[in-house]
Amino acid sequence: MAESLDNVHSELNLDRSVGDFSFAEDYAYDAGVGLNEDVVKYISGVKREDPWILEFRLKALKAFESMKNPTHWASKKLDELDFSKIRFYLAKGAKKTRSWDEVPEDVKKTFERLGVPEQERAFLAGVEAQFDSESAYSNMKSHLEKDGVIFVDSTEGLMKYPEIFRKYFGKVIPISDNKYSALNSAVFSGGSFIYVPKGVKVKQPLQAYFRINAESFGQFERTLIIADEGAELMYMEGCTAPKFETGTLHSAVVELVALKGAKIQYVTVQNWSDNVFNLVTKRGVAEEGAQIRWIDCNIGSGITMKYPAVVLKGRESRGEVISIALANKKQHQDTGAKMMHLADSTTSNIVSKSVSISDGRASYRGMVYMPRGVSKCKNNTVCDALLINSNSRTDTYPAVICSGQNNSVQHEASVSKVSEEQIFYMRQRGLSESEAMSLSVNGFVNDLVREFPMEYSVELRRLIELQMEGSVG
Amino acid sequence: MRGLEIENLTVRVAGRNVVEGLNLKVPAGEVHAIMGPNGTGKSSLSKAIAGHPDYSIAGGRVLLDGEDIVGLAPDAISKKGFFLAFQYPVSIPGVSIANFIRACLNARMPEGEKINPVEYYKELYAKMDELKMDRSFTTRSVNDGFSGGEKKRCDILQMLMLNPKFAILDETDSGLDIDALRIVADGVNSARSPERGMLLITHYHRLLEYVKPDMVHVMSGGRIVKSGGAELAVELEKTGYDFLKD
Repeated sequence: MAESLDNVHSELNLDRSVGDFSFAEDYAYDAGVGLNEDVVKYISGVKREDPWILEFRLKALKAFESMKNPTHWASKKLDELDFSKIRFYLAKGAKKTRSWDEVPEDVKKTFERLGVPEQERAFLAGVEAQFDSESAYSNMKSHLEKDGVIFVDSTEGLMKYPEIFRKYFGKVIPISDNKYSALNSAVFSGGSFIYVPKGVKVKQPLQAYFRINAESFGQFERTLIIADEGAELMYMEGCTAPKFETGTLHSAVVELVALKGAKIQYVTVQNWSDNVFNLVTKRGVAEEGAQIRWIDCNIGSGITMKYPAVVLKGRESRGEVISIALANKKQHQDTGAKMMHLADSTTSNIVSKSVSISDGRASYRGMVYMPRGVSKCKNNTVCDALLINSNSRTDTYPAVICSGQNNSVQHEASVSKVSEEQIFYMRQRGLSESEAMSLSVNGFVNDLVREFPMEYSVELRRLIELQMEGSVG
Repeated sequence: MRGLEIENLTVRVAGRNVVEGLNLKVPAGEVHAIMGPNGTGKSSLSKAIAGHPDYSIAGGRVLLDGEDIVGLAPDAISKKGFFLAFQYPVSIPGVSIANFIRACLNARMPEGEKINPVEYYKELYAKMDELKMDRSFTTRSVNDGFSGGEKKRCDILQMLMLNPKFAILDETDSGLDIDALRIVADGVNSARSPERGMLLITHYHRLLEYVKPDMVHVMSGGRIVKSGGAELAVELEKTGYDFLKD
């Protein structure tokens, strides 16, 4: 397997060396460096937003300024973020297009190198490509449009379809949920707004591609997905950035709403360069009989803090988090899941696997909440960590609150090290030490990699091999 | 000489000699057996030859088709055509047998080349038929949750696919019921060829009822103390290893 995959045509090219390029900057709109009311007003002005949105942003700015970095429980690294040196909004000013030919040349080149257009032709129902702050390209198969599916960026969503999006915008994740959701609420730009009408099942995935091109930049996309009763969709996002000298911030807010009997699957392959702070808030609300699945893979970034959540609001709703984290040299993947069981007979499943390489650190933080008054709820959590080197680190912080009647919670955790006998066995069959290690790690995450769509799983295996190179000796 | 020659070999583990001045020749085309009581260094011998980092070779030579393999990395020794069927095969969760063997074969290809997947599966299935293995077997993770018999079969299948010049089978018969023992024996017999030498390490006579060795050696105290024909195994079965105490 280790061998058989190297020449597989990589359709996403999320490999960091491939993503490590950028074009010269020529932005028509630049909010400058640092954050204050004027910056927020500037962003809102460029977007010609309704006054309620500006109010929302300004309120969020106040909340952000008043909240402390959560370094009392999270990594102290957060204090290295200097908001006065970050650029909060950069845009070319070119209109978003539906045709690749009209996309500005350097932006087009970027996405072509990343393989986005081929992928769209090959297997996607729709694509949105965001370059720094704004969406550069967005397209969807026409039959979906006829079915009433909406797939636009956040600016267009709030402008054109306020009756659909305003109702849920900022409701799943309120402004003051945490410091970074407040920050995003103040300066958000880009991200996808999706609505799938009652009973419509979108067969092929919709995809967004996020690209940071500029140094010292903060990307704050905002995504809101609403699946109406009985609707189904899968959404995928990929992220890359070139490696810069200074830190870059990515702080997204993603809200999902699955109405009665709807199903949403949200797939992420995060491969930011290793000086990106990736601080993301993701949460979904599942109404009666609805299902929300987060399938999340974190390979890149210097520090990631992300704990996808499902609020199980309706009876018999189901939430799931499938999560893979690879923490290589100097990286800290602080990931996990939250399941809030607020109705009877709700079920949740969390499967988390992490691999720590070199001095990399992987942390799992979990929260399973079953308050008094709910009954017949079930949670199952499996949390496995693999350590490659003797200085690798892993931690698990599970929190379980289980009151109420007839609820059941199950938590299994394991930590293992790649055994020398296993490596010797494989080497006896002719594999080099790093091939053996890579195969072993691929095997460890294999059952989860299979949960990703084909195109992603092939790419993931290849990325894991790249990460394992040089991890031995 | 074609085959395996071990000359005056001394193996140290944790500061202690576990094999001391051992000499043995197994020419290509022959099957030899090493027997002996527990703790006489039989398994240490096989691991040392395979290049296990914990078994250091303090003296002597190991020649595979005339070439000294002492000091080479385990994967380099494997690629020279040496195979070891393990006493305790290790599991590799999440990696299917089919993918594992394919990766091992690809590792033998020149840089940038791969084996043809269609040809590969054709050969894999042919070998599995030979070993009377169900097709679904190779979709399972290597040795993961396998019974003792399944593990040994998995190793035998790898041996047939990797087609080594020389193979050592370390206690491949231990822990097998009689049906599984037959399957392993059939595998060993079908791997017999004028091109290939094999060395069976075994505690009991049982396997040798199904695989007739050309020679039997008795190991004790880290060296070979007695050698003879197949009849030696029968004799040992009757008299045991008590003669070693004299």
